This record gives sequence, structure tokens and C-alpha cells, in this order.
Amino acid sequence: MTAPTAPTTIDSDEVFTVEAGGTTFELVCGLEVHAELATATKMFSGAPNRFGDEPNTNVDPVTLGLPGTLPVVNERAIELAIRFGLAVGAEIRPSVFARKNYFYPDMPKDFQISQYDQPIVVDGSIELPGGHVVGLERAHLEEDTGKSTHVGGDGRITGAEYSLVDYNRAGVPLLEIVSRPHVRTPEQARQYVAELRAVLVAAGVSDGKMEEGSLRVDANVSVRPVGTDALGTRCEIKNLNSLRSLGRAIEYEARRQADLIAAGERVEQQTRHWDEDSGRTSKMRSKEEADDYRYFPEPDLLPVTPDPAWIDAIGAALPPMPAARRRAVADAAGVVLPDETVALIVERGQDSQALDAITAGADAARVLVHVSQNLAGEGGASVAPDRLAALIALETSGALTATQAKAVLAEMVGSDATPEEIAAAKGFEAMDTGALEAMVDEVIAAHPDEWETFRTGDDKARGKLTGFFVGQVMRASRGQADGKAVTDLLRRRSGA
Amino acid sequence: MGESFISAREVAAGVRAGEWTARHVADEHLAAVAERDGEIHAFLHVDPDAVRAAADRIDAAVAAGDDPGPLAGVPVALKDNLCTRGVPTTCASRILEGWRPPYDATVVERLVAAGAVVVGKTNLDEFAMGSSTENSAFGPTRNPLDPSRVPGGSSGGSAAAVAAGFAPLALGSDTGGSIRQPAALCGVVGLKPTYGRVSRHGLVAFASSLDQIGPFTRSVADAALALDVIGGHDPLDATSSPSPQPDHLAAVDSGVDGLRVGVLSEMLDMDGVAPEVVARVREAAEALAAAGAEVVEVSVPAVIYGLSAYYLIAPAEASSNLARFDGVRYGLRVDAPTTNEMMVATRTRGFGPEVKRRIMLGTYALSAGYYDAFYGQAQRVRTLIARDFAAAYERVDVLLSPTSPTTAFAFGDKTADPLTMYLNDVCTIPSNLSGDPAISVPFGTGGDDLPVGVQVMGPALAETDLLRTAAVLEGAAP
Amino acid sequence: MAERITRDDVAKVAQLARLALTDDELDTFTGQLAAVLEHAEDVAALDLADVAPTAHPLQLGNVLRPDVVGPTLDRDEVLAAAPSAEDGRFRVPTILGEAP
Repeated sequence: MTAPTAPTTIDSDEVFTVEAGGTTFELVCGLEVHAELATATKMFSGAPNRFGDEPNTNVDPVTLGLPGTLPVVNERAIELAIRFGLAVGAEIRPSVFARKNYFYPDMPKDFQISQYDQPIVVDGSIELPGGHVVGLERAHLEEDTGKSTHVGGDGRITGAEYSLVDYNRAGVPLLEIVSRPHVRTPEQARQYVAELRAVLVAAGVSDGKMEEGSLRVDANVSVRPVGTDALGTRCEIKNLNSLRSLGRAIEYEARRQADLIAAGERVEQQTRHWDEDSGRTSKMRSKEEADDYRYFPEPDLLPVTPDPAWIDAIGAALPPMPAARRRAVADAAGVVLPDETVALIVERGQDSQALDAITAGADAARVLVHVSQNLAGEGGASVAPDRLAALIALETSGALTATQAKAVLAEMVGSDATPEEIAAAKGFEAMDTGALEAMVDEVIAAHPDEWETFRTGDDKARGKLTGFFVGQVMRASRGQADGKAVTDLLRRRSGA
Repeated sequence: MGESFISAREVAAGVRAGEWTARHVADEHLAAVAERDGEIHAFLHVDPDAVRAAADRIDAAVAAGDDPGPLAGVPVALKDNLCTRGVPTTCASRILEGWRPPYDATVVERLVAAGAVVVGKTNLDEFAMGSSTENSAFGPTRNPLDPSRVPGGSSGGSAAAVAAGFAPLALGSDTGGSIRQPAALCGVVGLKPTYGRVSRHGLVAFASSLDQIGPFTRSVADAALALDVIGGHDPLDATSSPSPQPDHLAAVDSGVDGLRVGVLSEMLDMDGVAPEVVARVREAAEALAAAGAEVVEVSVPAVIYGLSAYYLIAPAEASSNLARFDGVRYGLRVDAPTTNEMMVATRTRGFGPEVKRRIMLGTYALSAGYYDAFYGQAQRVRTLIARDFAAAYERVDVLLSPTSPTTAFAFGDKTADPLTMYLNDVCTIPSNLSGDPAISVPFGTGGDDLPVGVQVMGPALAETDLLRTAAVLEGAAP
Repeated sequence: MAERITRDDVAKVAQLARLALTDDELDTFTGQLAAVLEHAEDVAALDLADVAPTAHPLQLGNVLRPDVVGPTLDRDEVLAAAPSAEDGRFRVPTILGEAP
């Protein structure tokens, strides 16, 4: 069977570079993410797909690859793969399962059923919160392997006395999502995985739990001299168990490869293992040692050609994805993307809260500030958008200062009282201008030296002392003064 | 041995009507096994107590006024590559010696649900790879008609069991002729249904895209009855046909008046097809013409490539299917210091030479650089064969050919050179590649008075046409 | 047309298939595999570029199973059939390398 074709790179505003031997090398990286699907049962049988159960309890004859057993495709797994494909704007293709043949004790049949040259999802993309777009070459369905525990030695595979195999995970549906080599910085790699995870969770495809192994990442890393087009020899980095590991491993590996090339050596195509403790990658095996997988079409399964009506129905039921949600918030708030506040709000799933508050007439800038900063804690997301809008109305009308508004909002979390009621209970009433002016004058009179410095000093000194005088007025007013109004008064009094 | 030679239909009718008990039938057949299987070696496993207990359950049902089903009390022999819950299933291989599956094959469930009583598990060429049952790790089966000769294979034990009167019905599996060829050599009826007609769930796979389960019987009507019981859709096999099953038994006696029959010319001209076999096929054609069929000679040119394509496809699939026998989860383990060495030691000791040969052939055919030349090319030949058959079936309803090029041969005759043995399947393989049904029915004898089998082939799901043609031949056999 | 299979090819194939062969077996199998592959040359020589491969005799597709939990096996029964088990798991000797 013919292997999938090699992809090409694209430009990025930012590119991670490494200097070695007087040459600047740039990073080219593609990511392969294995996502366990949120099905009730396994890819090819009715055994439960459940994490954390007693070893070898979620197994049936198919899971164990017992002689005579046959796989039957899980309809839900197909549906979830289609959901993912539609969520990343990909094409849904007729697909064929193949057998990937290699011997390994955690693989019950000593072959893995996997889509090979005809994957179900082809050619999508992921837009990162930072604005960079990473192309997706393909996503294909396959079955997971079991898990080995190594006994004796230091508990790692090498040096263990023996190993114990649990097949609970064997046969769990996996979607292997292969990006194009469009990842150009370690930060983009982290953003990509975070964003992909958000898409998978939003689409209900996977629970995305990296800590439970629901999401596993391999990175294909290569470097090339800046200004050249040809791709360098790549190494595949495995064992990237967190976003932190991912970024560190890519950076380390790029440096290692650049140093090799600068030293006149050649980068060997290898599979490498990331060790979080030492912060290094080490060789697992070279390409030459790689098995000949002898792919051929799985004769026990027939092609899957999803009905276009089914695909349409799945698409119609799909919720909006994070990139679209960021766009919606940005549009409503009149903000230009990329914007960290907008990204944060969407990441926390508080975008409808923000959008609805803006729709209810609240000042968009204040909405973004309150939702991203003051409603980030527990219960913050539950504050109804119309109540948030009412609070912001008090703030923008001058009835409450920013500080007071923040205090009222904190009380609104977990309370049914209106912003007005809370403000009244707290004794927050707008000071009239005359009272404020009198208070400012009293403070100036009490601090003549500071006032002199404020009046005659440079910008730096003025800035420093503005804070001092505002603080004094705040203390005198027990927080009821509007900081902005105080600043204005100080400026007027100083004759500036 | 009297009652051990009556048909499955008669056994069931008698049990259902209370004329005799299932226990009596079981005892008769167990007695036949006890008397002669020491010599024949059709069975790898028989548990007489379990057989009697199963028969007693049928009798209890009858006594309670229940109908145990169309195979009430019928003793059935199962090829030992069909999984039976709690009962050893070895595939005649050391690597599975002592393995007791935790589940039943769909066909076994269906037989038992129809009232059948499983007599035992029958011998085969290891993992169904062979044409003589000489490749069994547990010793060969002898042909009941001439114990100096092979019963054919790979389902030699099942064919011999039916021919010897150990059971009126046996199941086998047919990947390249493994039901039809031993049926021909043992003088019984052997049916390979359309691919997908009978669920493969619980059949230990040899070549997944070719394997099909089917019955051995002493009459065509019994074969039809057996298919009615074991056939039909099974959600546990994704390749199971969703088409509803016709009543095959009802169609058996409908004759061949007006049926268009083609004699497949290439299969009469093939190297190694004995003249007396060709003569029987021609006589069979005449018998069908005499019964009202329209007989013509038909060419299906691509069938001459069948053997080559088969010996690339079947080993390729087998090499993958048999990878799981690695000493980790079940069956044989030969200890070694590392897992990899353990796997090598286990497989090296556990598999016999023919299995190793095919695993290597298949591994080679799939390996990098050779896929297109071998496996890919063979899959294209498969398209050619299916296309040529389809063209022939526009002109005729069924095709006629020899089943096996010769009658039963002596032990050791064809073991020296694998290719010589493979040539036994030259007439049966094309139906496996196209997925179409085929039946072998005894029609006269060849040299040494040994039976000759005539093969009737038809398009997908045309089993009724095959069965009624075979029934006419059965009645007209010399 | 593929080259005639060599002794080295057979040795490599045996390794891929996890089989150990003696020198004699290697010789025998090389000859036998060569004979079968030679017989298959009639097929290899056909020009079938325009013919689609048949992976499957059935022209079916989209055979899917509802995502409904079915029965599982009894662990004790499963592990009793294993050559070696410990602590609810299948025991194997030292594994020399990570999975590919």
C-alpha cells in the first residue's frame, strides 16, 4: 500500500531560531496527537472504554484478540471522527481500515487496525489564539494498545525483570491527528496542543485529559538554515506528557540537531524519547531499525463511506469552535484579534456571558475586564449577563467607581441581590463634586512638601506622587472617591 | 452401524416424533466412533459423557412437549478450528494445544439452538493449511473408504467423520477448497456457501477474505438443511451478508428443468486433472441435460490464474492472522529471557513446517517493496476472476467442473513438494477468490473405485440453484 | 517483476515473522518459496494497471455497530488460560524496547 505523501511548510510571523557554528537554524515542527475518543465502548467491540478500572476487566474476546474473533466498527467513533473533521474544516472522505503488523506484547493481535492510505479526515486547519494557523494533513481512526507495567529494576522498561500487561486500554478508539510542519516555535506547539484539546472537548470528541493519557503528543522536529527551503532530517520525539515537556523537548531537540549539523555531522532519522528529569531526548531507535509494517487492507472490515446526509446532520449539531467564538467576542467588543483577554474568556468558556452582557448594552471594554479578571474565580461564570450589564451601567454612569464596581461584583457571585442593593448595603454612594474638592484640598494642605514636588517635579515624580495623593484621598473617603476624578482635580489644582 | 448412517433429516424427524431418543442416536454414533476412530482418527476430541448429557437435554425437551428444532438430536462433528466454549479448540496445532475458548462460534450456537448434539472436534491440516490432513500436529486422518489414502483436506476429519458414519453432519471451513476437496475424496456432499452467507465469528481465521464455513453431509438435502440453520446475518461479523436467507431445503427437489448449465472448459483442460474425473464431469453434464437442463460449454479464462493469486493472498492474510500466537495471552509458551526471544521460541516450536512456510510466503508478499508486485497484483487478478465469472453467469445459471483433479491419493504422495500439494486446489480456489458458492457432490468413481466429486458453482447467494443441481446429480449418480 | 527470493530474504522474513530457522530449514524454505513465487510469475507478468484490486468479495460497506456496552470476560477465566499471570495481569519476560 502506498504511504501518505509528505507535506510542505508555511510561513509564520514568528520562527524559533538557534545559532550554531555561525549559522542560524530555524525550527520546523509537525505534531501527531493521539486522542482517545469519548465513546462508551471500544473501537471494534462492546467492551467498555473506561479509564482507571481494575486491570483486564474491560476486556472481551475481541479486545484480547482471541482466535476466531472479528472486529466490528463502532458507529459512534465514526461520528466523533466526522465531528472533529467538520470542527477543523476538513474534508470527510470514504475510509478504509488497514492492518499495521508488528509484534509487541501490549498489542493483542500483534497487528493494529488503523486507517492508513485512506483516512476519514483530510486537510483541515487549527487557528491558534495567537493568530497562527496550523494545517492538518489528516486524522485517522485506530485502536489503542494495552499498557505494560515494568517490575524490578528502576520500574522503567529497560532493566526491568519482567513486565505485566493490562489490556483494558487495548481497542480504545483513537483519533490520530497529524499536523503539517507548520509549527515554528515551541510556544506555537504548546498553543496548538491546547487549542486542539479545546476543539476536541468543545466538539465532544474526547475528554482531552493529558494526565489520563487521553491526549498523547509526538513531535516531529527538524531544523534548517534560515533562508533555505528543503526540510531537514526529522526526529520523532515521544513521551511528551505535558505542554511544558512539549515546549522544552522541541527546544532541546532543535538545539541538538543544530549543534550536530554545525559540527559537520548528519542528523539521523530517529525516534527519540524525552526525559523530563534530565531535560534531554535520547535515541529509541533509528529509521533503519524500524519495522516493516506490511500494511494491507483489513479483510475483516469493509470500507466506511459516511452518508452525506449523516455528515450534514453531524455538522448542523456541532457547537461553535474556539476560533469562531473568539471572533464573535472580538467582533462584539470591537477588538482586533489576536487578543489575550478574548482568548482567555473563550478558553474559560465565559464567552457567552461576555457576549450577552455586551448585547444587553454594557460597555464592551468593561465587560472584557470584569469577565476576564473579576469573574475568573469560582462561581464567576454563573453571574447572569444582564446583572453584569446592570453593574457596568452603574459604573459607566459614574454612580460607582471602578473599585466599588469590583467590590459589588465580588458580592454578586453567589447572591441574587441587584448591584444597586449591594452598593447601597455597602454604603457606596457617589460623592458630590464639592465634597470631593474639599477633601482633595484638605489632603494638599496636609502634605505641603509633597505638593510642592508634585507641582514642580518631572513626569516621573508627578506619576509617583499622583498615586500618593489618590491613595490619601481614598483613605479619607473610605474608598468612595473616584480615582479618575481625583487625578483630574489634582491636575487642575497644580495648574497643569 | 445401521442407524449411524441415516440422514440428519431422518434423525431429527425421528427424535421430534419420539420414534427414538437423541440419547439412542448419540450412543449409536459414539459406538461407531469407538469402533473405528482409532484407525480413522477423524476426531481430536470427543467427550462421550458430554455428548450423552447434551442428547439427554434434547430428550428432556421432547418429553416436556418442546420442539428442540430442525436438527433435534442430530450428532454434529465440528472442525477443530471452530471455537467451542470450554471445549479444546486446537486448529491441530501445538501452539493451541489445551486452549479452551471462553466463547462459542456463531455456527455452534446456531447448531445447538437447532437441537444438534456436538459429537466432537475433528482433525484438520494445521490452521486449515493443507489438502490432505497430513499437516495435523496430532497425526493424519485416514480415508474411511481406503485407509491407505488421505481423506483430503484441510477439513479431512469432518469429511471422514461423515463418510465413516460418526455423524450425519459435520462442519468444515473452506479457504481454497478445504470443504469441497475432502468431500470429493471421501464421497460425501460438501458445500462452500457464498462468502458472507455464514458468519465467520468463532472460526479461527486462516485467510479472512476467503474463509467460509460450510457443511459435510451424506445427502444434498441435509446440506440444505444445515445451511438453513447456520446461515444468515450475524452482527458479530462485519462481512456477514444482510440478505435474507431463502428456504434452501424447500428448493432442493425442484429439479433442473430449464436451468442453464455451463461446463467450465478451462477446468477440464488443466494439467493434472485425471481423465476419469473429466469423464465423470461430462457424464454429470449429460445427466443434467437428460433432466431438462440446457447444457453448454463455457470459458472463464481468468480461472487459470487462480492458484497463483491464491498462494499470494491466502498466506499474506494468514501471516497477519497467525501473528497473535505469541505466547503472551493463551496457548503455548516456550520460556526465554526476553519477550522477543520468547515469542520466537514459542512460534518456532508451536507451528509446523507448512504453517511456517505460508507465514513466510505471506510476510514476504506483504513486505516493503513487494506489496504491489505480489499482494496488490493478486488482488487485481481477483477482480479479473470475479469479472469473468460474472460474464459467464450472464449466459448460464450454474457452472460444472471437477472438484479435485484426482481421487484420494496415498499418504506421502504429495508431501515432498508443496506446489504439487497446492495443485489439488486448482478447481476449487476460483470460487473462494470470487466469493461465490460451490458444492461438491459425489458422482461415480475413478480409478481404484474411489469416489469422484463433481463441483457445481454459481453466482453469489445462488445456493438454491447449486443445491437443486446437486440433488439431480445425486439421484443420477452411477 | 520481482527478483528471485534469496536466502537472505528468507532470513529477514523469518525474523519479521518471529520464526527461528536452522541453516537447513533456511535452504529448504528458500527453494520452496522460490518455486511458489516462480509459479506466481504468470500473475506478476499480467498487465493489470487498469484493473482495480478486490480486497473483498463482498461489495458492502458501512457496517457499523451501535456504541452499546456488551459483556466482558471473567478475568479469572482469562488469566487461567494465560501461560503466566500475576496481579490481574499477563506476565511476560523483559521487554527490550519501547513499542514502535
